[in-house]
Amino acid sequence: MWSILTNNWNALLSGLGYTLAASILALIGSLIIGTLFALMEISPFKALRIIGRIYVEVVRNIPLLVITLAFYVIVPRFIIKIDGFTAGTIGLLIYTSAFIAETVRAGIEAVPSGQMEGARSIGMSYTQAMRQIIFPQAFKIVIPPLGNQFINLVKNSSVLAFVAGFDLMYQGKLIAATTFSTFDTYLIVGVLYLILTMPLSYLMRYLEKKWVTA
Amino acid sequence: MKKMWKRMLLPLVLLLLMIPLSSCGKSVADRDVLAHAKATNTIVWGVKADTRLFGLMNIKTGKIEGFDVDMAKAVTKQILGKKGNAQLVQVTSDTRVPMIKGGNVDAVIATMTITPERQKILDFSDVYFNAGQSLLVKKGSPIKTVKDLKKGTKVIGVQGSNSVDNVKKAAPETTVLQLSDYAQAFTALKSGQGDALTTDNGILYGMSEQDNRYVVTGGTFTKEPYGIAINKGQRPFVKAVNKAIKQLKQNGTYAKLIKKWFGDVPGFSLKEVE
Repeated sequence: MWSILTNNWNALLSGLGYTLAASILALIGSLIIGTLFALMEISPFKALRIIGRIYVEVVRNIPLLVITLAFYVIVPRFIIKIDGFTAGTIGLLIYTSAFIAETVRAGIEAVPSGQMEGARSIGMSYTQAMRQIIFPQAFKIVIPPLGNQFINLVKNSSVLAFVAGFDLMYQGKLIAATTFSTFDTYLIVGVLYLILTMPLSYLMRYLEKKWVTA
Repeated sequence: MKKMWKRMLLPLVLLLLMIPLSSCGKSVADRDVLAHAKATNTIVWGVKADTRLFGLMNIKTGKIEGFDVDMAKAVTKQILGKKGNAQLVQVTSDTRVPMIKGGNVDAVIATMTITPERQKILDFSDVYFNAGQSLLVKKGSPIKTVKDLKKGTKVIGVQGSNSVDNVKKAAPETTVLQLSDYAQAFTALKSGQGDALTTDNGILYGMSEQDNRYVVTGGTFTKEPYGIAINKGQRPFVKAVNKAIKQLKQNGTYAKLIKKWFGDVPGFSLKEVE
């Protein structure tokens, strides 16, 4: 057990780095794109609502692996050459964005409609009301479910292993295959994932306590 | 803050408590395989389902077909008699060792090269197929031999196969991408994720036969003798398998099976592999 950890320390550490990088990139990207699609879904324009709806329904109902493989196999053949890490991160970003869109939409809709009406009646524009009245309230509501999505995202980043994205799971698979001690290797990999997700988990809980109850 | 650390500690401690578990649990893998096979009239074989010519799932029939599969059936019949039953279980390069170790399969016949590292934890039968590692590239690729794999080139391999270590030794400057099975590796090559695909020539010929825009190039740069892998401590079973292979070679069944699967592959000779 310890020999696996010490002999493969560099591989595991670089895997952890790739997982962290993919997770951070996908987290920021999916938060932006997800919020954008959430706004489209509740927009007063029907065309935007339809586009948002189609995006969310299509993306969240396809397995993450299929989306990732599409970026790994199809995109390089016809559009642009991207490697496994890029394909995996984009797949993760797109997939998570659909769930974040739904979370954010639910949060915005949970704000009583009187808030928007009140804001508009005192002369605020739609954008102003959104930004200054609705968003701050919706933000508090979505923190707990958003934390769920973020943790899922970190764990889902293991999809990179499937497209040779050099992440933690990829390194774990290789170590298991060369040392033949499958159980010990995945135990170590599991602990390393915990080191990534536990602080995130507690950070979200901390934010929840600080902002939601305030 | 202090409280938070305390709460994070508990799951970690629970996980660490699981460590001793990794060293126990051996009952199924320890029984006498040969005696059990005779009692049930069945030998459980681990075979590949993603490797053309050796073990490939036929989508129409749902059955796995290939040289390894036919060898498994022939060896079973030699050991257990005409009514002997060969049960096939699908394995991949990275599951085949744990499957033997865990007792899920009695033996693995899955394009598995006999190596000293593997012999430390497994026993092998005599060689039943002499393969060698080679490269598969797109027709007209500048890569002709393993020497052309310089810095900046990418080679695709399969996780858990020793061909990856071999290519790292033969071409230390190339980047190796490891995918989970041959079908995916070939798809990645077609998508331009790598410049060449490396593994044993028998498998590469199967891919080339499937899509003739890709060719095997540069000859072999290693020797890869395939053996049937069996768990340690199963001497009687290993002996029975070796005897069966010998008999199959003598009575012409072996040559017939080779001809059935490799008869159409260009430049293939029985002498080279036997």
